[in-house]
Amino acid sequence: MSLTPDEVRSIARLARLAISDRDIPRYADNLSRILDFVAQLDKADTTSVAPMAHPLDMSQRLREDAVTESNQRELFQKNAPQVEAGLYLVPKVIE
Amino acid sequence: MQWETVIGLEIHAQLLTNSKIFSAASTAFGAAPNTQACLVDLGYPGVLPVLNKEAVRMAVKFGLAVGAGIAPRSVFARKNYFYPDLPKGYQISQYELPVVSKGSVEIELEDGSSRRIGITRAHLEEDAGKSLHEGFEGISGIDLNRAGTPLLEIVSEPDMRSAKEAVAYMKKIHSLVRYLEICDGNLQEGSFRCDANVSIRRKGEHKFGTRTELKNINSFHFVEKAILYEVQRQIDVIEGGGKVVQETRLYDSKKNETRPMRSKEEANDYRYFPDPDLLPLEIAESFVSEVRKTLPELPDGKKQRFMRAYGLSAYDAALLTASRELADYYEMLVQAVGGEAKLCANWVMGELSAALNQNNQDIVQSPVTAVMLAGLLKRILDGTLSGKLAKEVFEALWAGEGEADAVIEKKGLKQITDSSAIGKIIDEIMTANPRQLSDYRAGKDKLFAFFVGQVMKATQGKANPQQVNELLKKKLGAYS
Repeated sequence: MSLTPDEVRSIARLARLAISDRDIPRYADNLSRILDFVAQLDKADTTSVAPMAHPLDMSQRLREDAVTESNQRELFQKNAPQVEAGLYLVPKVIE
Repeated sequence: MQWETVIGLEIHAQLLTNSKIFSAASTAFGAAPNTQACLVDLGYPGVLPVLNKEAVRMAVKFGLAVGAGIAPRSVFARKNYFYPDLPKGYQISQYELPVVSKGSVEIELEDGSSRRIGITRAHLEEDAGKSLHEGFEGISGIDLNRAGTPLLEIVSEPDMRSAKEAVAYMKKIHSLVRYLEICDGNLQEGSFRCDANVSIRRKGEHKFGTRTELKNINSFHFVEKAILYEVQRQIDVIEGGGKVVQETRLYDSKKNETRPMRSKEEANDYRYFPDPDLLPLEIAESFVSEVRKTLPELPDGKKQRFMRAYGLSAYDAALLTASRELADYYEMLVQAVGGEAKLCANWVMGELSAALNQNNQDIVQSPVTAVMLAGLLKRILDGTLSGKLAKEVFEALWAGEGEADAVIEKKGLKQITDSSAIGKIIDEIMTANPRQLSDYRAGKDKLFAFFVGQVMKATQGKANPQQVNELLKKKLGAYS
């Protein structure tokens, strides 16, 4: 498995990572080796094995439908770099 | 070239739970920004989602209502995408193993025919927050109150062949979720939303064409307009020698057009994988049968019963059962009148519906209750009111002027049914209009209407129309 520079760029964009063109060959090499390592699993015969959704052999506990959280906006917004009129402000994202 | 339209809809219905799907924050609409966004909704590190039992119960209820299978084991997955209205960087949804599998609903079309539309699946997921762009320069304001509100995404098969069928299907699902009391169906507030997958193919072809996904459709009217626009656009593209590109397009209701939404390089790459924070959801048969017991009479069943019990046509029965509230009103009316199902149906679908539409009101807001309307219909049945007078009384009821009998009394709207009184008026009119009388007797039949008009004028419309007709025929024809 060998990732192309474009694939590396695409992965970086999906992960919202800014990487310089200079570093791309190094990332391509590292990521490719990780994929090769994991690809060893392909050799295992899994035809009779059900896909595993979770490593714990348990099922989801359900919560009763009750509101127990109170308004803690003031507290939470102390961690935000920018707020206004109760809103969290972020760089403009629009379609 | 003959083209066939192929449509599939994805409907997002907000479930009517008190708290969110994975957190215990409130889902109430209209709160001040971010006052209902807790640590789980904000995507803080170290928090864990815990699934809301009521959301599961509602999803099962829907599944049973559309005859679908309920998965004994389903799995939550992360759908990854970067957008600030979802601070975790992913939406918790279901992918390979949804809670509700294949089902179907029947839709009624305007020409009286019906069609079965397949439902591929329905799955539970969380809603995103809202981004606000107005009033800010170069930044967006984020309100996460809606983030984490439970959604049931209902995915149809590509079974619809026209915009009208898509509207009928959307209305059917809308009616169903409201009957089930799992969604308030409020399109303005966004608790019932719709995306449409649209493609075209040559008539007779079996392969599907390339589809586009239309987003942001928030009314029954717009779903039709958006699809009609998009179909014509695709025809123009293909007939112009081009190719339809698979993409997401935004419907702009102000301009009535669709335009590309996400750039091609941003093409959806959701990288679904099972959410390690949530264990598989197991639904026991006992849970399903308990939910089954809570199922109300559904629109189709009610429609059949209305046709049987009240002798209504399929069309009338479908209209009257479109919402549970309207159906309840109708049944209360029939009971209060003591029968006369057809007369009741005509008034509910006629005067009452017209007045509600005109005032943009829902049946539950009607100032004329079923009992009040029954009081009016009884006076039609006993001959006190003619159809015309009844409409006048209805207007007074609507305006809050009291019960039917009080209005009739106060306005002196009693119908004149005394034959001798009507006969006397006719005699006077005949004497006052000798020329018309002789013309009529000479064969000018059309003048009959003139005499009817004169009698009605003289009685301010209160004379019983049938009696006027009968008496006029007798008296006018007496010497001919």
